[in-house]
Amino acid sequence: MSTLAALADMDRLTSGEVLVAQNVAFAVMAITMIVSALRMVTTRNVVHAALYLVVVLSGVAGIFILLGAEFVGVTQVMVYIGAIVVLFLFGIMLTKGSFGDDDGVSGERRLMAGLVGLLVFGVMIAALVDSFADAELARSAPSTTAEIADSIFSAYIVPFEAVSVLLLAALIGAIVVARQD
Amino acid sequence: MLLNQFLILSAVLFSIGVYGVLARRNGVLVLMSIELILNAVNINLVAFGAFRASVGGEVFALFVIAVAAAEVGVGLAMVLLLYRNRRSIDLTLIDQLRG
Repeated sequence: MSTLAALADMDRLTSGEVLVAQNVAFAVMAITMIVSALRMVTTRNVVHAALYLVVVLSGVAGIFILLGAEFVGVTQVMVYIGAIVVLFLFGIMLTKGSFGDDDGVSGERRLMAGLVGLLVFGVMIAALVDSFADAELARSAPSTTAEIADSIFSAYIVPFEAVSVLLLAALIGAIVVARQD
Repeated sequence: MLLNQFLILSAVLFSIGVYGVLARRNGVLVLMSIELILNAVNINLVAFGAFRASVGGEVFALFVIAVAAAEVGVGLAMVLLLYRNRRSIDLTLIDQLRG
């Protein structure tokens, strides 16, 4: 799909006014992310899957920066790659030995899952191409952290507080569930 | 840049995540695939935020990141509990409620 996007970019490249560097960066990151995501859901080694997940998450952070969302990109690196992947690695470590290979009996299961995935993909692509055929992104300055902070603490203060309480409740819940006694 | 190139990338990642959730049997890998899905959603949010030149998309992406962190914490705690009780995190073995 990203090759298609790249081809479309090539077409517009000849007509002038295209941001070549940004499109090249997008293509490189998109291909890397898709390949890593495919490897992540198909590899037999669970630790390798976690490391492929790191590649995908870094790619997402790059996409955020490409879109001018610096603060979200940095948060992505800190929260996902710094915290969540470490949590996953601990989870893999603590449940080690329960799984050697992830495969064996799942031929039909794989087929059905692949069918569902392709179906979801087809429907989404049809809807997207139909709705946003050639919508251009506005070429604006990247949003600053101050703008995001103003927005969070004025317009979105209620959801922000709700997310804070949710996070607290989830962490206490995780401790209660996982505690040994 | 086109808006659609971001949306299509996000659709690809979302579909791969759906495949992972349905096809894998290891509980930790299913949680990782859910992370993939949430990241696809985040790309959508930020791309639409940039498209409409509004900061709301980024704010909601931050909320989704926080909710994802909470979800991983609870999910991994449940997987650990499962491992402690059954010595296995194969999700196909958890079928007591099957009719």
